[in-house]
Amino acid sequence: MAATKLIHLTVNGQDYELDVGNRPGQVDPAHTLVYTLRETLRLTGTKAACEQGACGACTVIMDSKAVLSCRILTLECDGKNILTIEGLRDPETGTLDPLQQAFIDHRAFQCGFCTPGMIMTSKALLNENPHPTEEEIKEALSGNFCRCVSHYHVLKAVLSVAEKGR
Amino acid sequence: MAKDYRYIGKHMPRRDSDEIVTGTAPFLDDLKFTNLLYGKVLRSPHAHAILKKIDKRKAQALPGVKAVVTWEDIPDWRGGTPRSVRVLDNKVRFVGDAVALVAATSGQIAEEALSLIDVEYEVLPAVLDIDSALKPDAPQLYEEFEGNIVPAGTPIYGPNCLTGVVRGDVEKGFAEAEVITEGTFGYENLPNALPPESIGAVAFWEPPNKATIYGTSQAPYMDKVTLYHVFNRQIEIRSIGHHVGASFGTKFMCWQVQAYAIVLARATGRPVKVVFTKEEHMAAFTLRIGSRISARVGMKKDGSITAIQGTWHVGTGFYSSTTQCQVAVGSGELMILAQCPNWDLKSAIVATNRNASGPTRGFGGQELECAFIPILSLAMEKAGLDPFEVMKKNFVKPGGGYYWRDGDWYSFRGVDFSSAMDRGAEVFGWKDKWKGWLKPTSVSGPKRRGVGVGIHGNADIGEDTAEAYVQLRYNGTATIFLCVAEFGTGQKSNYVKMAAEVLQIPPERISMSPADTLVTPYEFGPVGSRGTYAIGSAVINAAEDAKRKLLEMAAPKLGVDPADLDTADGAIFVTGHPDKGIKWHAMGNDRTLLGYGRFESDFTMCNFMMSFVEVEVDVETGKADLVRVVNATDIGQIIDPPGLEGQLNACWGSAGIDSALFEETVHDRRTGHQLNANLIDYKWRTFAELPAMQHVVLETPFPSHRFKAIGIAEITTSPGPVATLLAVSNAIGTWLYQYPATPDRVLEALARGGAR
Repeated sequence: MAATKLIHLTVNGQDYELDVGNRPGQVDPAHTLVYTLRETLRLTGTKAACEQGACGACTVIMDSKAVLSCRILTLECDGKNILTIEGLRDPETGTLDPLQQAFIDHRAFQCGFCTPGMIMTSKALLNENPHPTEEEIKEALSGNFCRCVSHYHVLKAVLSVAEKGR
Repeated sequence: MAKDYRYIGKHMPRRDSDEIVTGTAPFLDDLKFTNLLYGKVLRSPHAHAILKKIDKRKAQALPGVKAVVTWEDIPDWRGGTPRSVRVLDNKVRFVGDAVALVAATSGQIAEEALSLIDVEYEVLPAVLDIDSALKPDAPQLYEEFEGNIVPAGTPIYGPNCLTGVVRGDVEKGFAEAEVITEGTFGYENLPNALPPESIGAVAFWEPPNKATIYGTSQAPYMDKVTLYHVFNRQIEIRSIGHHVGASFGTKFMCWQVQAYAIVLARATGRPVKVVFTKEEHMAAFTLRIGSRISARVGMKKDGSITAIQGTWHVGTGFYSSTTQCQVAVGSGELMILAQCPNWDLKSAIVATNRNASGPTRGFGGQELECAFIPILSLAMEKAGLDPFEVMKKNFVKPGGGYYWRDGDWYSFRGVDFSSAMDRGAEVFGWKDKWKGWLKPTSVSGPKRRGVGVGIHGNADIGEDTAEAYVQLRYNGTATIFLCVAEFGTGQKSNYVKMAAEVLQIPPERISMSPADTLVTPYEFGPVGSRGTYAIGSAVINAAEDAKRKLLEMAAPKLGVDPADLDTADGAIFVTGHPDKGIKWHAMGNDRTLLGYGRFESDFTMCNFMMSFVEVEVDVETGKADLVRVVNATDIGQIIDPPGLEGQLNACWGSAGIDSALFEETVHDRRTGHQLNANLIDYKWRTFAELPAMQHVVLETPFPSHRFKAIGIAEITTSPGPVATLLAVSNAIGTWLYQYPATPDRVLEALARGGAR
């Protein structure tokens, strides 16, 4: 094998140094970010569904932008700062992020499979635009597939956070 | 109105809320197993072929490959109704049918191994639609299914399983009719309910004859039962459920992927995970049934239906698992909404070389009504009748009845839904918006609005048996043992609420066993809107049984008759004197009290939903937009307000209303390849196009269980599609004959003679 190449990732505030290679625990050049998160780092909150960038279930935040982790190779993420659903809760107090709490209060989920992606997309939107209008929220979430139809409740939940401190 | 309950009907967080919003709710693919192998399926590129030769040596030689299994390696294990589909066969019957299974140390290696298997196919002529399947001398999928007709009826519904409706005298009915119409309509676009989580299984093998599976079905106990039969009653199955990334009925039929995992675990002696890719999920798993009816309808000018005669052709794809069940339930559902004295409705289930149709919410009735109501509408048009009035008049009422799936007649003992219908019409503004058949509600330049209404009812709210245990502990806590996997409806939280209400302890004091067949009693699964009445009854009965034992335990200690005792907040006391009593502690920390609850099938009541829809059609582009929906129902007692609202909102998702506007599965008519087996080419509604949504929910107490409630969720997609097709027809002034009403079809209809 060639000299070991390393990948550095910061995920939810924790630094990871991963070898590039094709043995278990390493990052294969073919691995997508969602694969590395779920299978290598065992952060399974991020969901893999369509695996072609169509459904938003795998959304994570990379350097403050919502990205589709099934469409990014882990090798491309060297030095990046990644936030996943597991990183939203306050690590000190255990308090949920206001968005997570709003999703509970407004019952903004049914089966819950798309929920991590919905929350991460909404989180990135609120980071960039703390007080979006309903139309802006709809636009931001248009790439998130939900089949139970929790859209109406998700909108209420995100709006409730967006309206705080307006 | 609703009684004043402590928990029932209250908006409370779901018990799994925290896990859902933090990403820790365990779905199948999130579970961690040691020593796990990954299974993949080699799939046929041909719609119909014999496997003449399979050479798997190269695949076997690939490092990391632990097993390559073909039909030659396993016994003749079969599923389906009748049992006709081998787990692996020497014949493939659709593009995507399983040819071989591989288990390897990684998914990538398994994938690579698939490409190293050499298969020699003898390609056979295929039948890719119902018409070619029914032609004389058409190629046959199965030797035993002559003319590609799958045998009618299913033993699980008994010897008289409904296969249509024969009743009264249709000739007399047509003689009495003032209007007669006939035609052929289909709902054959095979929409996919398409839960976001794919289907899969992890299997463990324990020699000589035991297997444990972790699956993606909402009904783990029925997986055990189904697989037991698939494996010729020779393998004992333990089935474990967890969170399910939605089902919409479809995941009730996961036996194939589960069988693949078991076969590979048996071959390797290691646990094996098989999870279908999204493409496999869409092209090699199940679709809605295809539905086409040729029928004649007689009607009087007052809107009463006098005769229904016809044949319902049901396309099931390459095999049937539950299609006979869907024919039975669908036929009964049509009777519920068309209280007609004279029937001669026959059915035929047809096999073709495409992926299978399977259970999907609406379960036969939605598909039948989507094809039948357009014919009924032609009669209403001829008689100049308002569809709302006709639907209201013909829906079952106390005193009415219907045949149900077992072929028996059931006198309806539910409530009169007319008030809910009237209230729905009022909220929607039906009287103002309805302008007559093929007449738009309003016209503004190229934009024409139209309205439609649909109706559905299902007596499966009380289908099949259910069992539950409730265990009480001395410290004032309880555990429910129940084999239900949470799949989105929130019913598991509702069972906790029901038990909490019976035991009068806070829901936080009640836990639930895993859905594990080794631990829980029998349970058919949350399908057919049976969760609230059937499963709820089992839980309530178990809680009441446990409570009875608790009071019997306490009675001698208090020197009173158990009948004079009650319990609340972990104390037992003489009724009316909550201050004088003893704690549950009195049972001792070395004892638990176990209550058992069972529910027996009851088909004497049905649920109901009416959907009013308004669409706007641009006659220049042909695009039809869903503008507004009002749903009306009466469910006896609301258990969980936000959960109910979510399930009612679901009317356009999961192959519901949108199957009338743009959802469809497209097959290449020459090769049988599915052309849109991905989430880009299969169209789905986004946040940017949400219709306005309102619900009317009445709570007229039902004679069901203690809380007078019935379920509704399964049917919420069902009334909308036909209402929407008719609304588009009304908007453009000409009949649309096909689902979905895509722009090309709308423009074609307009060219045929729509009122511009």
